[in-house]
Amino acid sequence: MVKVKELPDREFLYGHKACPGCSLGTIGRLALKILGEKTIVALPASCMSTVTTQYPQMNYTVPSFTMAFAGTGAVLSGLSAGLKAQGITDAYVLGIAGDGGTADIGLQALSGAVERGDDFIYICYDNEAYMNTGVQRSSLTPLGASTTNSPAGPASWGESRPKKNLFEIMIAHRIPYAATASSAYPFDFMNKMAKTKIIKGPKFIQVMCPCPTGWGFPSHLTVAIGKLAVETGLWYLAEYENGKVKMNLVPKTFKPVEEYLKKQRRFRHLTEEQIKLIQEHRDQEWQMIRQRWL
Amino acid sequence: MKHDLAVGQLDFLNGDEAVAFGAKLCRPQVIPVYPITPQTLVVEKIAEFVANKQMTCAYIHVESEHSAMGAAMGAAMVGARVFTATSSQGLAYMHEMLHYVSGSRFPVVMMNANRTLAAPWNIFADQRDSIAQRDTGWIQVYVENGQEALDMIIQAYAIAEDERVYTPVMVNLDGYVVTHTYELVHIPDQALVDEFLPPFRSQNAIDFAHPRSFCITAPTDWNMEFRLQQQQAMERSKQVIAEVDKKFGAKFGRYYGGLVEEYKVADAEVVLIAMGSVIGTARIVIDQWRNRGQKVGLVKLRFLRPFPQEYFQGLSGRVKAIGIIDRDISFGYEGALASEIKSALASTGKCPPVVNFIAGIAGRDITKEHIAEMLAKLFDRRAGKAEKDLQFIGLRWPNG
Repeated sequence: MVKVKELPDREFLYGHKACPGCSLGTIGRLALKILGEKTIVALPASCMSTVTTQYPQMNYTVPSFTMAFAGTGAVLSGLSAGLKAQGITDAYVLGIAGDGGTADIGLQALSGAVERGDDFIYICYDNEAYMNTGVQRSSLTPLGASTTNSPAGPASWGESRPKKNLFEIMIAHRIPYAATASSAYPFDFMNKMAKTKIIKGPKFIQVMCPCPTGWGFPSHLTVAIGKLAVETGLWYLAEYENGKVKMNLVPKTFKPVEEYLKKQRRFRHLTEEQIKLIQEHRDQEWQMIRQRWL
Repeated sequence: MKHDLAVGQLDFLNGDEAVAFGAKLCRPQVIPVYPITPQTLVVEKIAEFVANKQMTCAYIHVESEHSAMGAAMGAAMVGARVFTATSSQGLAYMHEMLHYVSGSRFPVVMMNANRTLAAPWNIFADQRDSIAQRDTGWIQVYVENGQEALDMIIQAYAIAEDERVYTPVMVNLDGYVVTHTYELVHIPDQALVDEFLPPFRSQNAIDFAHPRSFCITAPTDWNMEFRLQQQQAMERSKQVIAEVDKKFGAKFGRYYGGLVEEYKVADAEVVLIAMGSVIGTARIVIDQWRNRGQKVGLVKLRFLRPFPQEYFQGLSGRVKAIGIIDRDISFGYEGALASEIKSALASTGKCPPVVNFIAGIAGRDITKEHIAEMLAKLFDRRAGKAEKDLQFIGLRWPNG
């Protein structure tokens, strides 16, 4: 278990230009505090690369670079092989990519790298849309969310397809370690990061990263929104290890989904009927979770 | 070419195998590669070398060409020597990554089996695939046969890894015509290659003691300066290419002439210019016409980038007519070589008549008769007869 007192004071990521209330910086900062200075950070086109790697102001004190949108998994394989070829065995290779860069355009490269069993850590910070390009939907945008290219209107209730289950896609690869996490639960996230240091081969963590700008909530509510996602059962904290899934936090009873949805601009248009559909979808998902994993 | 039988081992290899042997001699540490016809024999031969412990490297079975170049970039970033190979659609698929690697100044070496691009789909040779990648910031060399392919893989590392250059190199072989044709190839001794190409110590690689950002986001007020440096590196590479050829020749006994090779051009009045395997056929026809007393010559353009414009500026006043064979076409204008060469010729203010011959598209044979037809047309043009500036040679029906 990670203890605050034992975390290094040293910062490996600071001075970035993320929006107020964005927890992206927190995710990168905490991940690097766990991994330490011998880490290479790979960033595809994303919010993370845009707010941290603008020449000549570098926000990392570890080696870092920007990668093509589709190629994070591939470059991690190359880095890992290159380090091994040079006899460097004590360094970590960390990819940090968004939901679009992971679940859409980057899925093939990630799948290839995981299937090959290459040694790397991959964080998908999931803010549920293409935020860096102006809030367009990705395959991880949830049901009913209005985005700039799936806007709500008389003929649309926003995103019409449910969020793709990336965690299960990773499990289907029989990956050594996969987890879901949330920036609203930093200890859970850091404990999961600590596991990635020990396990060999590919490691994957999908971290929910509430986005004040894209989701439409006041910047001081980031943690509250992140917690509500878990408390309403619309997100869950879990990990897959040694062939088994462990649910890290199961609310005894779910809060009504309205409590989560009503606080965000992206869901403001939803009717009671549509909210009911979202709740039904949640219940189906949890039925599957209970059948298989609980 | 001068062959020194005392150096290395003589073997009967196809072009792809020659490339694989060339790569093996260079001791690349990481090889991410994805199979595509007609490059596959390279992939297979290297896999065999690795399986038989004849080669020690990380062979990454990537799931696409985009990922092949992505993994190449990652490995190069930590200072590893990297090799990969592709062809046609695969090269097109990695287009984005070609820019990433050259812009990051990583000296990756890649073999490309020249093959046409779909549609219509076809697996045979033309150079539309690599010529379409002209502006990706890679050095591009085109070889005539398997021996040159092997030798140029070795030279490519020496060029790419020179600190004055730090630019990736693409070695192009015409699909099937070179990749699958067997010929006697000298495989140089490993010890001599090791002397020629010592282990790579990159100045442009990740160092944990001195963390830097690579392949950065450069905003408007910085980006152009990075591009200027790429251009300057390309300009410097011309000198490095000449030096490497000289050094290589001194060690292995084979010289290629650097950016271009002249064949019987000294007193020629009519000259053909081409790239790749067609040079072999053209040499024979030039010899035949020379035997008949015709003053014809041949220029083998070896490097498309950096482009030897100085050479063509020098050529413009020396000859009476020029034919440019393009195994490609830029639809809506003409062959790419024609545009490049005419631009250099015109800059001197005295451009001889030029005819652009489009030939050998999608593996169509360019025969000796076709070359003779081109020469005849050039003599007609020189004599003032009307000849179209752009002509397709070897069509099923007369040129329309």
